[in-house]
Amino acid sequence: MFVPGKWSEDICVRDFINKNYTPYDGDESFLAPPTQATLDLWDQVMTLRKKEKENGGVLDVDEHTISTITSHAPGYIDKEKEKIVGLQTDAPLKRAIMPFGGIRMVRSSLEAYAREMDPEVERVFQYRKTHNDGVFDAYTPEMQRARHCGILTGLPDAYGRGRIIGDYRRIPLYGTAFLIAQKRKAKDQILPDVMDVETIQQREEISEQVRSLYELTKMAQSYGFDISRAARNFTEAVQWLYFGYLGVVKEQNGAAMSLGRVSTFLDIYAEEELKNGTMTESEIQEVVDHFIMKLRMVRFLRTPAYDELFSGDPTWVTESIGGIGLDGRHMVTKMSYRFLHTLENIGPAPEPNLTILWSPNLPENFKKYCAKISINTSSIQYESDELMREKFGDDYAIACCVSAMRVGKQMQFFGARANLAKCLLYAINGGRDEKTGDQVGPVRNPITSEYLDYDEVMARFDETCAWLSKLYINTLNVIHYMHDKYCYERLEMALHDEKIDRTMACGLSGLSVIADSLSAIKYAKVKPIRNEMGLAVDFEITGDYPQYGNDNPKVDRIAAEVVRKFMKQLSKHKCYRNARPTQSILTITSNVVYGKKTGSTPDGRKGGEPFAPGANPMHGRDRSGAVASMRSVANLQYDYSEDGISYTFSILPTTLGKTLEEQQVNLYNLLDGYFTDGGHHINVNVILRKTLLDAMDHPEKYPQLTIRVSGYAVNFTTLTHEQQMEVVRRTVHSKF
Amino acid sequence: MGNSIKGYVHSVETLGAVDGPGLRFVLFLQGCPLRCKFCHNPDTWRFEGGEETTVDEMVRKILRYKTYIRSGGVTISGGEPLRQAEFVLALTRALHNEGIHVAIDTSGIYCDGTALEAALEADLILLDIKAFDLSKAKALTGSTTEHAWSLLRARQEAGKPVWIRHVLVPGITLIDRKRSLDSSSEDCPFEDEEEWRAANTELLEGLKSLNGYSCIERIDLLPFHKMGEFKYEELHLPYDLKETEEPDEQVIEWAEKALREIREN
Repeated sequence: MFVPGKWSEDICVRDFINKNYTPYDGDESFLAPPTQATLDLWDQVMTLRKKEKENGGVLDVDEHTISTITSHAPGYIDKEKEKIVGLQTDAPLKRAIMPFGGIRMVRSSLEAYAREMDPEVERVFQYRKTHNDGVFDAYTPEMQRARHCGILTGLPDAYGRGRIIGDYRRIPLYGTAFLIAQKRKAKDQILPDVMDVETIQQREEISEQVRSLYELTKMAQSYGFDISRAARNFTEAVQWLYFGYLGVVKEQNGAAMSLGRVSTFLDIYAEEELKNGTMTESEIQEVVDHFIMKLRMVRFLRTPAYDELFSGDPTWVTESIGGIGLDGRHMVTKMSYRFLHTLENIGPAPEPNLTILWSPNLPENFKKYCAKISINTSSIQYESDELMREKFGDDYAIACCVSAMRVGKQMQFFGARANLAKCLLYAINGGRDEKTGDQVGPVRNPITSEYLDYDEVMARFDETCAWLSKLYINTLNVIHYMHDKYCYERLEMALHDEKIDRTMACGLSGLSVIADSLSAIKYAKVKPIRNEMGLAVDFEITGDYPQYGNDNPKVDRIAAEVVRKFMKQLSKHKCYRNARPTQSILTITSNVVYGKKTGSTPDGRKGGEPFAPGANPMHGRDRSGAVASMRSVANLQYDYSEDGISYTFSILPTTLGKTLEEQQVNLYNLLDGYFTDGGHHINVNVILRKTLLDAMDHPEKYPQLTIRVSGYAVNFTTLTHEQQMEVVRRTVHSKF
Repeated sequence: MGNSIKGYVHSVETLGAVDGPGLRFVLFLQGCPLRCKFCHNPDTWRFEGGEETTVDEMVRKILRYKTYIRSGGVTISGGEPLRQAEFVLALTRALHNEGIHVAIDTSGIYCDGTALEAALEADLILLDIKAFDLSKAKALTGSTTEHAWSLLRARQEAGKPVWIRHVLVPGITLIDRKRSLDSSSEDCPFEDEEEWRAANTELLEGLKSLNGYSCIERIDLLPFHKMGEFKYEELHLPYDLKETEEPDEQVIEWAEKALREIREN
């Protein structure tokens, strides 16, 4: 029934897709509304979610069972109605404990939700070490100081690192029996003369991978399915694929647990059903709706502090849609539409994190439909297929927010962020933290001149960046060594090739603060105000200076240069498992928390005030309209920030055009312009300020109000008050 | 070579989506002789000031946005752009050389000489008709609207398109509430559309009169809003419409519906 090829002999999902998919150029008129069963199920989920919220954010926890692929009995929402089954525990929205990343995290999460640690679990972890324990055994005092002061932040040293995408499509395409056989074969081939660390590690890992595939097969069996063989129809394909993902989120509570690029793959099965007349469009959509519903129900037990950092309760079930194939055919299928259509059938939602791989060459109908979905739901994001295809081919997907990787062939070591705005203050203050006075960086004389001199500051800043980049990479080396050792992602890696490209995914935050600070020092006069300890705690600026976000090359060049230089610094250091360093400009929503931890900066930002999210200009400083702002962001080079450059854009519907038709066309032309200009990522919010304000006062009226933040979406009503205010204040482009 | 005619720019908006077709680069020129009570950009009124720029500089700047404005173009607004007619004419021609669509957003107050030449050079005129009643217009803006009509006629003769914009100011260009007979009690909403129509014959007749111009492609009714009020405070200017409320959605819907009917006939 499928066109055979290389994929028939070896694992090669891309080849299967390429030989079998049907590009779709039509419009959305073929889509089917939700079935009664879908509506009933979603109703039940919404009721549970309401209870969850009333309960302080967590509905229920199974604190007795250490979660593994097979630890929990099957769970259902409403067995009769569910076309796709499987839950992380035995009941919907009940959270599991996953202590291998860090038992401490489990302990404090349980405490926060008034649960007791099970003494039996405690006992196990007297003998079993976790990732978190390992990391702190190896951290140097300098690493601990950097972490404590927040110049390195959000490091995955106390919880699962995430950002690894299993190629879940392999399960329906091949069945687990074949995958196990292939893994065994691979292991047999690793028989070198010298058993060095690398070889031992790889042999052990493959054994773990095989074990996880057996466990996955067993878990599926408990639901009554035999996934050892390949899927035979569309519903099975979705179910098999979901089981793969489910197995992973039963065992790993990584920061971001992304899905990959599955829609066009699944469309091949759906087309077959349509061709044979074995399923109707409505039946296909029902399966899709139920699948997406499940993805919306993924839950992890995390501390309220973690949720404060990341806004709400994100899981980053990112699914990448669209793009152009290497052969020039676009990869939009009917399934691309069906996935987006779930936002209409069961309403807007932050998860799964639907990501359009945009190219100006996508079919017009699809572009228009995407724009419509953005305008109506503010739930999707866009990333440049033009930029990424060049580096990653046509079977890559996005992990988390903006991190591209070739599916099943590449992974990253997630490295969170360095706070470069703080780094600039360290440069000025001789390595001392501006908040605590602690000596964190190397001892240097602080800059003592009355006014800051650009060349002097730049020289110091470069030195401080050199120190920071080395410390940063070394810290990540510790983290990822320990994560592999104590919290290895065996099932995700079972769904990868054996030969893996690894990147060390660093990140920087505070870009617009630094760009504006350096611009102020260069083009205006900046006088530090020093406290009794001699620390520059505030700055007086005389005169105007060009600000980032106005398409002004004077400052935009500074921003691009900061990015390039920091990347060059990172590249100098040796990474664990020969990973290649990359970086992102992404803050998640922690731009609020980073701002809190950073003193006043030379751009005029006061201590404690939020940074702008991702690569955004600072709030209210982009005064030439959104396109100028986009041009400033697009001026940052993806080559030096290959792990992604995040930009969040909010606009009033009425500013985008008078009628929906005009708004749609204007929005997609805007996206075409941005991506033609070299932009990498954009979040699009089309939203009324008054809706946000009303939702703050009456959250019960807006259970599904979704907005895009840095690289993902959140349910607005789950944000803290501070985060909500930050979103409301953020530049909403609306010239009148 | 090179065009060094100077213009004075108040500001630019690089994402214009409601001032002409498609995505547009909008240029706000400094200075306006009118004093419309509802104006939301009083900061553009003064003839002095604005950033000095040449046609060449402006064209270079605009070309940076070419990938975005392919589907749209450039809108020259203000202030009253045609007060700087020479600059606008030269800029429009220069943009035409680059294949860029140009719209001019004007009240028509300057409609002779170079200003008229510029207005006829533009691909589109966004023409503000402030009020259909001449004396009301004078009270509302400080000038009558005869010039607007003559610009409209000039575009009609030249066979070039116009979009009309008309701001609905409650109590002035839009009757949105029933006067109470008893002067001590407050005004109240209209019972129904018929009642509202009877009270708004001036608006409806005015819109009908536009049907005589085949050059009019579109008419936008813009509900009065007060988002510019803070600027009056900043500039220490009196804001005469302080007491005027933004019109109800219902009334705006009636007006839109009436307009659709008029245009269809």
